[in-house]
Amino acid sequence: MNGVPYRIERSTRAGRVSFVVMLLAVVVLLSVPAWAGRAEMRLLIEVSYYLALAQAWNLLAGYAGLVSVGQQAFVGLGCYGFIVATAFLQVPPLVAIPLTAFIVGLIAIPAAFLAFRLRGAHFAIGTWVLAEVLRLIFTLIKPFGAGTGMSLPIAVVRDIAESRVIREFILYYVSIAIGVGTVLSIFLWLRSRQGLALAAIRDSESAAGSIGINQQRTKLTVYLIAALIAGLVGSLVVVEKLRITPAAAFSVTDWSADVIFIVIIGGIGSVEGPIIGTLIFFALRFLLADYGAWYLITVGTVAIIVMLKAPRGLWGLIGDSFNLHLFPVQRHVRLDPERANRSGPSISRGGKLQGSSEEWAK
Amino acid sequence: MSLLQTEELVAGYGDFQALFGVSLAIERGETVAIIGANGAGKSTLLRTICGLLRSRRPTDVRFDGIPIGSLEPEQIVALGIAMVPEGRRPFPSLNVEDNLRMGAYCHRAGPWTLERAYALFPNLAERRFAMSPTLSGGQQQMLAIGRALMANPKLLLCDELSLGLAPIVIRDIYAAMPGIRAEGTTLLIVEQDIQRALRVADRVYCMQKGRVTLQGRPRELGRDEIKLAYFGV
Amino acid sequence: MYWINTIIQGALVGGLYALFATGLSLMFGVMRIINLAHGDFIVLSAYLAIVVIDGLGVNPLVALAIVAPVMFAFGYVLQRGLLNFTLGGDILRPLLVTFGLSVVIQNALLELFSADSRRLQLPFLEMTSVRIGDQLAIGLMPATVFVVAVVVIGAIEILLYWTDLGRAFRATSDDIDTARLCGVNNRNIYAMATAIALTVVSIAGVLFGIRTIFDPTIGPARLLYAFEVVIIGGLGSLWGTLAGGIILGIAQAIGAAFDPSWDTLAGHIVFLLVLLFRPRGLIPKTFGL
Repeated sequence: MNGVPYRIERSTRAGRVSFVVMLLAVVVLLSVPAWAGRAEMRLLIEVSYYLALAQAWNLLAGYAGLVSVGQQAFVGLGCYGFIVATAFLQVPPLVAIPLTAFIVGLIAIPAAFLAFRLRGAHFAIGTWVLAEVLRLIFTLIKPFGAGTGMSLPIAVVRDIAESRVIREFILYYVSIAIGVGTVLSIFLWLRSRQGLALAAIRDSESAAGSIGINQQRTKLTVYLIAALIAGLVGSLVVVEKLRITPAAAFSVTDWSADVIFIVIIGGIGSVEGPIIGTLIFFALRFLLADYGAWYLITVGTVAIIVMLKAPRGLWGLIGDSFNLHLFPVQRHVRLDPERANRSGPSISRGGKLQGSSEEWAK
Repeated sequence: MSLLQTEELVAGYGDFQALFGVSLAIERGETVAIIGANGAGKSTLLRTICGLLRSRRPTDVRFDGIPIGSLEPEQIVALGIAMVPEGRRPFPSLNVEDNLRMGAYCHRAGPWTLERAYALFPNLAERRFAMSPTLSGGQQQMLAIGRALMANPKLLLCDELSLGLAPIVIRDIYAAMPGIRAEGTTLLIVEQDIQRALRVADRVYCMQKGRVTLQGRPRELGRDEIKLAYFGV
Repeated sequence: MYWINTIIQGALVGGLYALFATGLSLMFGVMRIINLAHGDFIVLSAYLAIVVIDGLGVNPLVALAIVAPVMFAFGYVLQRGLLNFTLGGDILRPLLVTFGLSVVIQNALLELFSADSRRLQLPFLEMTSVRIGDQLAIGLMPATVFVVAVVVIGAIEILLYWTDLGRAFRATSDDIDTARLCGVNNRNIYAMATAIALTVVSIAGVLFGIRTIFDPTIGPARLLYAFEVVIIGGLGSLWGTLAGGIILGIAQAIGAAFDPSWDTLAGHIVFLLVLLFRPRGLIPKTFGL
């Protein structure tokens, strides 16, 4: 009866500001084909799909505790799946993209069955082995061109659009949709009840289990979603490059190492982190473009240093020091004494939210 | 100078404070018991002394005059404090003999050798190559004590020796105490069993909620005093 | 006869794979770190041997006498100076730091040595064969590799079960806090584990470099082989590791007999089968190391 009323707030001021900024950014992105050249569009396409992959990996490792070094399995399956759907099954290209992703998601189920038999670091390598198995199989399958790969048939290319300019536009908008869409969907999902469960698992697996969160199912869901996203990216890659080889489709460097570094440097365990990481990654790539292997040496070293000194990445540093949440997924409890007279939810004085030492000591 | 001295010892686990200024002194050759209810801070006290927990200031704990508050456990063992941990904690991958040999890892000189340990606990000698998880609770406790003795400590810390053991087994274990004391080892024993503690100790401290609430010689302490200090009602 | 030959060749290579796995499982056993740069350290050892061979004009086995202590020291410093700081939390940090190391090492080797394939030459061993009966010939090189592997594994077994240090490794693997109560310095013991692991890796690396052509990028594949051997053989058993290596080697050899490009895949498939039906491996031990 003497409770202090509270209300739950979802948004923050920074969140509202950045929402406007993001909206503007999306508008700018949508307008790009009107004023930018092909090279810029290609760059943004690449940024989009790395962003999508980074968000997916962040969900896997940062929230579900599943450190996977095998996402390239699903990217590769997306590549070849798209070719199969369009070239062999005559599915229209724009339908093939989501269809392939869906099928890749289905294939992820038996993959998960195998991979989940391992935990922790073993799981990581296990996923890598699975991806390697796929790469080797595709290197041996003659109809897919074996080691030398295959090209997207001209008929399919024309199916996307007759003129190359229109094709570039379509590819661009689809990529942006996937990139922005991934960020948005993940953000909204994390705000949901399931997302809360995921955050609980991230913070403490044992505690989450003890309050009844079905971790296996949640982890499986995350694994499938990540596979689906990777499948989407796979289709994009084929449309962009028009040609794929097993080595490129299932490349651990392109689809795992780079993505992992992006998330580590940007910040694991938050929606903002992978965005920042992707920007930094491409900035570094631009700056060190002429230095060959030094580029990867630098990125790797930065990732190591970040992991040691700032395990929650650049966003962890910034976000923590300024208590910033551009994508607010938290629920804040605001104590509201002015509403004391109105009826509403309240917490009793005895249970403080942040116990002082004396109260906790036995 | 006392062998072990703590001065307003404050310690805890992260944000969780468990000791609120514990001061005690232990003289050479003594057997001191610490009693108290669950969660009183007894084990925390022992873990802070042996270095598994950090105390607030290095001088909070002095051993033979040396401040040990900021030392690592392996350094403290080398100085002469050995711990029989709560729950025994034998090394499951090691057999009895290897467990005992681990105790001697710090190579401190002294009377305790493998043979002496087996003489003290003939039970263990019979099962010297058995893997430690196959031992009974009582035998594991003997093993843990033997292991700690192999470090030839000046001060032996015993955390809840009787935990989870049958009375007859507890009696056998405590029967080894005189043999240990005869070597001049100082004993600091944490015990939940008040009777046992009062019987074996020269002096007793009682703790409650991280503070010392009573101390004295067992003969001089009344039952009601102890009950008050123990439960605090 | 052809098949018996194939199986024997596979089994002999298995010795090398078991060596790969021994270093990996030593680090995992003591510290619960899976070193994702493990394969790259194997390759690094081979390149170090090249440096020594080019500089001093000696043969690879003599070079090994220099490379091994260097890798020992490198392992100690690496653990003490870097990897120790990744311990004590979740698996993310050691995993990702070693992953970063893997990328850095591969690319550093690319910068220093280019992507050209190299090989360590030991003509005597490579050219000689031992005949058994009229139809069986065993190359001296594969036989030597196998014998060295067994000797090294035996040495590690002796280390673990007959020395103070080995006992400390096993105790640390069980319960680091209680080990510290016995006087074990955790920072030092971890560093010793890595130092010894990398010494084993260097032996494996030089033998590997004599046997196969290598380039800076083939490290990760060796990591996968090492891992597969550990899983097939069962976590925590050195002789199980040898058995796992032999099985992987035979699987690859049989695969290669059908078609040379099927070797790695055959190995992966056997690994997946073991994972499916016997996830604890074929000879698991119940505790720690």
